[in-house]
Amino acid sequence: MRDAFVRVLTEEMERNDRIVLITGDLGFGVLRPLWECFPERMVNAGIAEQGMVSMAAGLAATGRTVIVYSIGNFPTLRPLEQIRNDCAYHNADVKIVCVGGGFVYGSLGMSHHATEDMSVMRAIPEITCFTPGDPAETEAVTRAMLQMPGTCYLRLGRGNEPKVHPSAVKNWVFPKALALREGTDIALLSAGGILTQAMDAAQRLETKGISAKVVSFPCLKPLDEETVRELLASFRGLVTVEENTVTGGFGSAVCEIAAEEGSGCRVRRVGLRDCFATVVGDQQYLRQVYKMDGAAIAAEAEALYAARRVESEE
Amino acid sequence: MERTKDCMESYEARIHGGFPGGKPDVNDPRVLAWLIRRSGLEMTHLSRGSHIASVLSVAEIIAVLYTSVLKVDPKDPKMPDRDRLILSKGHAGSAVYTALAETGFFPVEQLKTHYANGSYLSGHVSHKGVPGVEVSTGALGHGLGIGVGMAMGAKMDRASWRTYVVLGDGECDEGSVWESALQAAQYGLDRLIAVVDYNHMQSLTTVEKTLKLEPFEQKWRDFGWNAESVDGHDTEALKAAFDRAKDNAGSGKPYVILAHTVKGKGVSFMENNILWHYRTPQGEEYEAALKELEALRP
Repeated sequence: MRDAFVRVLTEEMERNDRIVLITGDLGFGVLRPLWECFPERMVNAGIAEQGMVSMAAGLAATGRTVIVYSIGNFPTLRPLEQIRNDCAYHNADVKIVCVGGGFVYGSLGMSHHATEDMSVMRAIPEITCFTPGDPAETEAVTRAMLQMPGTCYLRLGRGNEPKVHPSAVKNWVFPKALALREGTDIALLSAGGILTQAMDAAQRLETKGISAKVVSFPCLKPLDEETVRELLASFRGLVTVEENTVTGGFGSAVCEIAAEEGSGCRVRRVGLRDCFATVVGDQQYLRQVYKMDGAAIAAEAEALYAARRVESEE
Repeated sequence: MERTKDCMESYEARIHGGFPGGKPDVNDPRVLAWLIRRSGLEMTHLSRGSHIASVLSVAEIIAVLYTSVLKVDPKDPKMPDRDRLILSKGHAGSAVYTALAETGFFPVEQLKTHYANGSYLSGHVSHKGVPGVEVSTGALGHGLGIGVGMAMGAKMDRASWRTYVVLGDGECDEGSVWESALQAAQYGLDRLIAVVDYNHMQSLTTVEKTLKLEPFEQKWRDFGWNAESVDGHDTEALKAAFDRAKDNAGSGKPYVILAHTVKGKGVSFMENNILWHYRTPQGEEYEAALKELEALRP
């Protein structure tokens, strides 16, 4: 995802000389092509994220699109008030980009686990939040983001993720969800790089005779409510999947719609349950421990499907 | 009848009444500073609001900026090559609102809506619906960083306009101020001018008893800035300092003016009295303050 983002940004910076990138002293290898091509439009703000985000708001006020680039929680939780007051309240054309959403930097420890950013950023008014699920979605949302005014948040995974979409996502319509697999028994709704696990879960469910639909939501806010309503109407059970706390994030957003709709569909949320990851491990290991890998998602979906069948027989 | 007449009197007449023909010369920084004090008292009185002492402290700084320094046009508040002013100590917002109203950005009469339900003039300075305000502040430690971004943008555009940021001394407790100070120096933003309203007091007690800033001027120098100290109530001295700050363009360093001020300046019982950071002037205290300010009318 990171590489897809840099590739698209490079193209857009070639086209538009009002795009500036500020990094919080990160992205050594990744940003190198940008440093080489556009040295006058690259700013290293140093390890000073609050100053960096205020700076971005000020630069945007001079008629620029400003990309703020950092990893994990550094571009979100650390300068949160600057994002809220200086960027969002002023509708500043600032695009905050986090590399390493979820457990990407798993083995580095708790400080580097970005597991609340989706909830926190979603809560702030007038910020558009993107959570692409694979490189193809990253390319589509990055292009869309760079065309839209105002403050945005782009939550990326890492480099070299597997492709989930078989080909490029063409003509993506903001903020639409994207179906990756059709199914009739249950639906798995995914936001962010954990999409691979949702796909894995659908595969596992198929071997058990359960047909699972998989839908990716590359835009967390505004959420594609229309698609959520359609899914609520078409299925008796939905499972939301996010590499983030289940409090206030994607699963919560879906549940809010479900509750307001009052549909007969039940929603279960997969994600971190009000805890920090304390064991050491890489991304996949932590997904497994904290029950958000393909096997855990499949188990959750299977249990929900079984419960709904029993209920319907009663 | 007398009371009714009093209530009917316009805000503008109330503030301007004592000037010849009811028309103060707002191009005179001492007159504008007085109007900032007088309106600050009236606005905090009408709204039962706070921060009168901060407004009294920053009055000359804001007055000199609007009369003698800033290149701004009330008829074209978004003029592309205007100077940018950020009041980072947003709690002194009524000082900027008064300066803007008195210099023609919006009607003086509107000042009476400060803090009022449904109005735009929030207690901390806001840009929404207020012509001439660049940036909304209130949470401390944001303004300098935004100013750094603006000055950086101007530098990229090779533009000649300057960015001015007015900070509080207590505000300099914020780590973000020093992040921005380093960034401004690193990028050689010599059209960025910061002014610290150095009144030596903050919310609960003195700066000295809270987080010591001295040697303050040296600190800024150590952070890569050119710095000077000035009497922040002497309009001529302030003007001269701003001239030097403007001449600083080309030096490769940002410029800071430490304007030594007295919190509550102009009202004897508010001066250096911590009570008046939050206390609202009402009743006899309002009348006494009014009397003292009237005696200072230029």
